[in-house]
Amino acid sequence: MSIDLKTIKHIAKLSRISIDDKKAKELEKDLNSIFEFIEALNKVDTKKVDPLTSIAETSLKLRGDEVKTKNIREQILKNSPDENKDFFVVPKVVE
Amino acid sequence: MSDIINLTLSALIDKIKNKELSSQEITNAYIARAEKSKDLNTYITTDFENAIEKAKKFDEKGNFDYKLPGVPLAVKDLFCTNNLKTTAGSKILSNFIPSYESTVTQHLWDEGAILLGKLNCDEFAMGSSNETSFFGNVESPVGKKVVPGGSSGGSASALAAKLTPATIGTDTGGSIRQPASFTGTVGLKPTYGSCSRYGIVAFASSLDQAGPMTQDVSDAALMLDVISKYDTKDSTSVNFKRGDYFKSLSSNIKGKKIGIPKEYRVDGMPKEIESLWQDGITLLKKLGAKIIDISLPHTKYALPAYYIVAPAEASSNLARYDGVKYGYRSEGENLISMYENTRSEGFGDEVKRRIMIGTYVLSSGYYDAYYLKAQKIRRLIKNDFDEAYKSVDAILTPSTPSSAFKIGDKTDDPVSMYLNDIFTVPVNLSGLPAISIPAGKDKNNYPLGLQLIGKAFEEQNLLNISYSMEKELSFKNNLQDWWIK
Repeated sequence: MSIDLKTIKHIAKLSRISIDDKKAKELEKDLNSIFEFIEALNKVDTKKVDPLTSIAETSLKLRGDEVKTKNIREQILKNSPDENKDFFVVPKVVE
Repeated sequence: MSDIINLTLSALIDKIKNKELSSQEITNAYIARAEKSKDLNTYITTDFENAIEKAKKFDEKGNFDYKLPGVPLAVKDLFCTNNLKTTAGSKILSNFIPSYESTVTQHLWDEGAILLGKLNCDEFAMGSSNETSFFGNVESPVGKKVVPGGSSGGSASALAAKLTPATIGTDTGGSIRQPASFTGTVGLKPTYGSCSRYGIVAFASSLDQAGPMTQDVSDAALMLDVISKYDTKDSTSVNFKRGDYFKSLSSNIKGKKIGIPKEYRVDGMPKEIESLWQDGITLLKKLGAKIIDISLPHTKYALPAYYIVAPAEASSNLARYDGVKYGYRSEGENLISMYENTRSEGFGDEVKRRIMIGTYVLSSGYYDAYYLKAQKIRRLIKNDFDEAYKSVDAILTPSTPSSAFKIGDKTDDPVSMYLNDIFTVPVNLSGLPAISIPAGKDKNNYPLGLQLIGKAFEEQNLLNISYSMEKELSFKNNLQDWWIK
């Protein structure tokens, strides 16, 4: 199978990455060569095989929901790309 | 000063404990050398002023019982460091200052180590040559314009060039072992669940594992003692009884059974790698080990399965980089275009490629055909190892299918770059521990490594076998310091 330009643009949309036509063509070439390589897996019969989702394969442990780090609000907000230092600000979403 | 930088980590610690050297003398020696080694581009961020300050404090009233008393160390820039920029080699995190410390680096500081700075790496640890970093290529001290391997390329280069006495990297598909092999150093990927992933910039969560990169096997054992600890902050951390790795080192490996998997004899493998492997087998026999031919039949499917699993997990993990709370932001006319522009400008080509592969294999209608299929293959690969370990204690393979290559040689073809990890990836898919030790050189005098793969949680066994081999191999890098300005 091969991935066409339309699919590339759809995946880019889903990935929230903007790409122009030139980039889309490059990605079409790269992704097709990678998937050609991946297709080798189809030769293996896996009908009776259980998927391996985690190496640990143990149930997750529970722990108390406690605050351990306090008073770092300012430090966290300092990383905000926007100038405003009280909130995280995004472009207007409600007209 | 040249004496200081030529010492192994354990020798350095002895000299500090005997008061023959002060932390300041050592820290200054490494800083002075780093200042003259800028052409290698190993550092993304240096923290030299603070390091000198900390060394001074250690000399005044330090605890000499620590495992790393006053020892300066540089670490891969994938570990979050409190109040010090952490970039993961990416533009999208180029201004990110964490408000917390990764568990693994915290363990280093808790044992008296001093941070020198953050080392270059492939962007989000995606790469095998350190050519995808936003902060530029890293050169290997083994040769001009030679890649150090990746993704822990800055770590490997800094270690081999003696800019840090030891370091830590992360390994998702070979990112500790392949650069160790390329630079004539020791790289250990511990069992999945040994070292906490808390505070490490996530790439593929079911594969990522931190580990030591050192000058020799003893140093690797020493570092593992410090960083391998159960951590409740990482839900996949395993609470098993850890060894006293450094103290328990033994070079007696008589009767150990070592498996040689026929599937690792791949087409087009250079003769020098084949003979390196043969020499390794001969050496193990001489040391009293028993060599057993084994089969890991699904080996050839490991790399294709990895290139589904790793990108799929990466596409989920990297969804958080949206330009809202931290990191780089590009403006857009609305929220969606702000996201799209931020991610388009903030990520490099290789990262975008992998996010898109991951998004595709997880997208509606393709999940079963790709992701589920890859997880089933993963089970088969792990079963191969389980079966083999019924008759052997460890497995010997080459670390990489070739020696280090030149910068730019493989950047045009992603698949040929991916093939670098053919011997290392099956280990991550199976969660096993593995170590790469320097074992010889190729015709260009570039180092070549051998990999030993162990049973889960049996790092001691792995360390002992490589320790006994190292003694006999007596590998020397003999670098000519050509990069020093």
